[in-house]
Amino acid sequence: MSVAEMATHGTDERGFRSGVPNKVLHVDDVHKSFAGLHALSDVDLDVRQGETHAIIGPNGAGKSTLLNVCVGRIKPDRGAVIFDGNTLTGKAPHEINQLGVARVFQTPEVFLDLSVLQNVMVPALSKRDGYFNLNPFTAFAGETAIRDEAEEVIANVGLKYHIHSPASSLSRGDKRRLELAMCLIQHPKLLLLDEPTAGMARHDTNATIDLLKEIKENGMTKIIIEHDMHVVFSLADRITVLAGGRIIAQGSPEEIKNNPKVKEAYLGEEQV
Amino acid sequence: MLRTLSRSDWLLLIVFAAVVLTLPWTMQPIGAAYPDLLQKFAIYGLFAIGFNILFGLTGYLSFGHAAFLGVGSYAAVWSFKLLTMNVLPALALSVAVAGVFAFLIGYVSLRRSGIYFSILTLAFAQMSYNLAYSVFTPITNGETGLQVRAIRASAETPLRDGDVRIIDQALGVQEVGIPISNLFGMKMSGYPGFYFCAVLLIIGFFIALSISRSNFGMMLKAIKSNQNRLKYTGVHTRPYLIAAFVISGMYAGLAGSLLSITDPIAGAERMQWTASGEVVLMTILGGAGTLIGPVLGAGLIKYAEQKVSSWNEGILHDAFSLLPGPVQDFFVEFATLFVGEGWHLTLGLMFMIIVIFLPGGLMEGFRRLRRALTSGRSSASRTMSSTSPVQERG
Repeated sequence: MSVAEMATHGTDERGFRSGVPNKVLHVDDVHKSFAGLHALSDVDLDVRQGETHAIIGPNGAGKSTLLNVCVGRIKPDRGAVIFDGNTLTGKAPHEINQLGVARVFQTPEVFLDLSVLQNVMVPALSKRDGYFNLNPFTAFAGETAIRDEAEEVIANVGLKYHIHSPASSLSRGDKRRLELAMCLIQHPKLLLLDEPTAGMARHDTNATIDLLKEIKENGMTKIIIEHDMHVVFSLADRITVLAGGRIIAQGSPEEIKNNPKVKEAYLGEEQV
Repeated sequence: MLRTLSRSDWLLLIVFAAVVLTLPWTMQPIGAAYPDLLQKFAIYGLFAIGFNILFGLTGYLSFGHAAFLGVGSYAAVWSFKLLTMNVLPALALSVAVAGVFAFLIGYVSLRRSGIYFSILTLAFAQMSYNLAYSVFTPITNGETGLQVRAIRASAETPLRDGDVRIIDQALGVQEVGIPISNLFGMKMSGYPGFYFCAVLLIIGFFIALSISRSNFGMMLKAIKSNQNRLKYTGVHTRPYLIAAFVISGMYAGLAGSLLSITDPIAGAERMQWTASGEVVLMTILGGAGTLIGPVLGAGLIKYAEQKVSSWNEGILHDAFSLLPGPVQDFFVEFATLFVGEGWHLTLGLMFMIIVIFLPGGLMEGFRRLRRALTSGRSSASRTMSSTSPVQERG
């Protein structure tokens, strides 16, 4: 099974209607302020199923706050986030994950003391057993089906030769790959990626783009927050531009490239 | 349940069981082969194994586990007073009561993590300790401690002066002299008492080993490693933590029960913060997160407590008898600080040395030693193999 097949495994039953891009995530009039500073104001956003939606904007635009609102880390002052018919607002991170939303963090968040294989098996167990399963006498080592799948996902993200290494021994780029594998094994309906190539060398960035493209080809919905325009324009189907906590533009990569507001606020004439 | 363990785990369990059951012989050379001390090894080993399930696997440091030890002790003595001198109901009652108590404390304390969690557990334990001396004196018998008495002559006699032992009375068990806990007639003092504790220690070790190797254990390790990531992985960490806390509390209750079984008296001092601190020391000294470490730590501390605290000036003069008079006096004077009642100073020093030089405890020391021996051997064999061809050529 390829990464792309794994990514969409389990989403078919939802009935992806070809040619009719239906909404999978709806951010409805979200507002959030911190000590009087408006981090997000009147944010409305629709993400269609199967698309890769990039959220860009200068530093302090509110991109990460929006992502944190989506995963339950931050509760908005107003508005709601609706995913696949479920309101995410007010739900705990584990509940949101169980609904099918996985997240890759800006700084890689992995289980440093565990091996690469264990890192990937834990999310798989959580997907299978739910958010709590008290059975102290089921052998972790005996989970052969999950281990086989984990080994396959690990191989697909390029960590085959590190499978038994502790996660702490991996490079930053490899930790990002591991985190991606931890998300992919859950077959999420929506994958949120917060600067997935930050701090990577160019060849690692290109490898990550290829990996994400492979997932994209099979129709998994993704939201990417990214500063690197090369990554954004390589992957995004649609782009939302945030500035000062407000959406200033939305559209296809071509539309965004030619949007004067975006040129002014973020990209700069020369870059575009 | 049995399939949780691999072949190497079974081997570890068998070796552990063999070592524990042969302690009465193997401890003879160091003068520790007497039942009282061996019982303490087993009981505190069990306490430390349970504590390690919480601290070693999840990283949550409780400073209040002595509360469960004390509750287990009281529950066992009440079982002796009300039901029977047979130890099985006492064990069951202690584990159940400690489990409920741990759930209540854990439910509240685990709303916080880190130092706040530690302080909350300490506060609960100290509250329990103080309550045992005040509000709960009808249950704990205050400073006198809860003791087993002969069956009372009439219903008018208060419980503190005479026991009921409904089951024993119903079965017509005859008591002669001071009642002693028993297992279907076998008295739980001396070596039978030790072997009873030893069997429970082995069972406790087996359960802890199974937990450590299970899916549940892996989730606990993941909590310790990165709780935030685990939450975003779809795991509700709080029920896992509460479960670990309760299991750990039940182990402490079992250990408390065994203290009362081997010596049927329960006092509030078992709930004091020093007792909570002691199990932390045992676990860290042996190696938190390892399976054997906490048992080793418990053994080492109980041995040092028994031995070093019994040393006095006379013994020290004998030890330094080869030195000339004034020098001998100086050394004895200095060493006196570390023995007898000053043995805590020895314990403190021992703890500091191990934490500074072996943060992973005794188990890390053994690992380093093994690595050194292995690398020494392999470098020796490399030297041999690299020199051999030259010798052959020569």
